[in-house]
Amino acid sequence: MTEPKLRIRGLGKTFHSDKRTVEALRGIDLDIALNEFVCLVGASGCGKSTLLSIVAGLQDHTVGEMAIDGDPILGPGLDRGVVFQSYTLLPWLTAQQNVEFALRAAGKDSAACRAIAREHLELVKLENFAGHYPAELSGGMKQRVAIARALSYRPKMLLMDEPFGALDALTRQQMQSLLTQIWEEHKLTVLFVTHDVEEAVFLADRIAVMAPSPGRIVQQFDVGLGRPRHEDLMETPEFMQMQRQVHRAILDAARPQAGAEA
Amino acid sequence: MNTPRRRPQSRIGQPISRRSYLATSILVFVAIGLVWFVLTTSGIVSPIFLPSPGKVVSQLWTLALNGTLWDDLVASLYRIFVGFLIATAAAIPIGLMIGNFARWEAAIEPLVDFIRYMPVTAFVPLTILWTGTGDMQKFTIIFIGTFFQQVLMVMDNVKRVPRDFIGLGRTLDLSDMQILRRIVLPSAMPGIWDTVRITLGWSWTWLVLAELVAATSGLGYRITVSQRYFQTGTIIGYILLLGFLGLIADQVMKALGKRLFRQDTQH
Ligand SMILES: Nc1ncnc2c1ncn2[C@@H]1O[C@H](COP(=O)(O)OP(=O)(O)OP(=O)(O)O)[C@@H](O)[C@H]1O
Ligand SMILES: [Mg+2]
Repeated sequence: MTEPKLRIRGLGKTFHSDKRTVEALRGIDLDIALNEFVCLVGASGCGKSTLLSIVAGLQDHTVGEMAIDGDPILGPGLDRGVVFQSYTLLPWLTAQQNVEFALRAAGKDSAACRAIAREHLELVKLENFAGHYPAELSGGMKQRVAIARALSYRPKMLLMDEPFGALDALTRQQMQSLLTQIWEEHKLTVLFVTHDVEEAVFLADRIAVMAPSPGRIVQQFDVGLGRPRHEDLMETPEFMQMQRQVHRAILDAARPQAGAEA
Repeated sequence: MNTPRRRPQSRIGQPISRRSYLATSILVFVAIGLVWFVLTTSGIVSPIFLPSPGKVVSQLWTLALNGTLWDDLVASLYRIFVGFLIATAAAIPIGLMIGNFARWEAAIEPLVDFIRYMPVTAFVPLTILWTGTGDMQKFTIIFIGTFFQQVLMVMDNVKRVPRDFIGLGRTLDLSDMQILRRIVLPSAMPGIWDTVRITLGWSWTWLVLAELVAATSGLGYRITVSQRYFQTGTIIGYILLLGFLGLIADQVMKALGKRLFRQDTQH
């Protein structure tokens, strides 16, 4: 058996505020293999963002352990690239400079920064917008630059929290196709949070369904759909069948009594 | 018979052309000037209370020709420049720290809030005791009047930087200081610039206050002296001049800000 890229064991997270404590995550076990695309789905408030941000090292966890390639995760690092739901392009830098910003942080010299940034803007098909400032880009373009930036310094895995959540339906579909295409060509290990079941089925090799209060993984689906995947896949019976199953699982997981007996 | 009529459009938030904006602004100035002119030339108001516009202008002109106006202006501008610069140079880094680090905030914010509510005017006698009536006292009053407001405003500017910008910096493995320098400060800069612009306006008030009470030169000093000799024309001329200087400073800062932060203001 091969070592997983990401390994999470018995992870738990409890928030303590002045008045109450919230158990956001309990007993999370999750392995992600090299170059596997895993989607995390579940009802709102079930802890998806919390889990992703803990894996990113942006939040501490309460119990359990996590490792990438066997190395424990102790904080944020350049081995994980993160794409946020909110737009995080720095407004005073152009698209090109935004990517270079990350590369410089990763210690690349300026000639390498320019070349690598260029190459990654081409990857997300924005080479003609290199000199544009974020305010001059659409929401979808901003997220493409953010993806280019997160990929540019070659992290071992990509973490994405509803990166297309703020986009309109059409743009979102274009972004899903683009991401799938990049993933199929370049192979990446991805943990992707979404509450859009269609998006999850289209993108993922595997879908982990979470239940709320406390947040835990209750079911996993292997998405047996072949690759390469195109938009017309969404009309096939297999796709819709999978979508129905996942949808059902989320609804079951979100039922109050399911949370109460845990 | 009853053709449906288009409902009148709401004017809330509707822009007007640059030309008509400018024309309206100028019209208001002209109208006020006209009222002033009529009141004074018709003899309704005695010149000892309000001299005519012509009288005020000629008075200013005389002072400009004999160099008095120039000396007053230089003395006041120098005090504003130094006092305001010291306050701003201190407020930006301290505001940056308390906006980011809870320990700094706990140490400084309540203290600043406390001092902020002490009337600046009450510090005038004290600063004269401490530093005399020279430039140092003017710097001190300007500092007390602006610094404590600036610190809190800069803190607020800094706190408005999106959380995920900081998250981004952390995922790129930047140190806290690198995040402050490369992400937080540039990101808060348009707001900080506005803070500087607004507080610059206030600092004029504190300068003139200090000069009114105890000084041997400056615009405020001239106003006090003129009062002694019933030179209402000079007083009004200087007050108008102060307003005019403030307006120019504000416009220059605004235009500069627009240029400097062109990308940020387009959202
Ligand atoms: N900083 C915090 N302090 C206290 N409670 C928190 C904090 N962050 C999250 N929580 C709680 O933890 C739970 C999980 O939140 P989280 O944001 O991870 O959910 P989510 O699955 O991402 O939801 P959504 O789909 O709406 O984004 C929620 O009940 C939330 O109220
Ligand atoms: Mg979330």
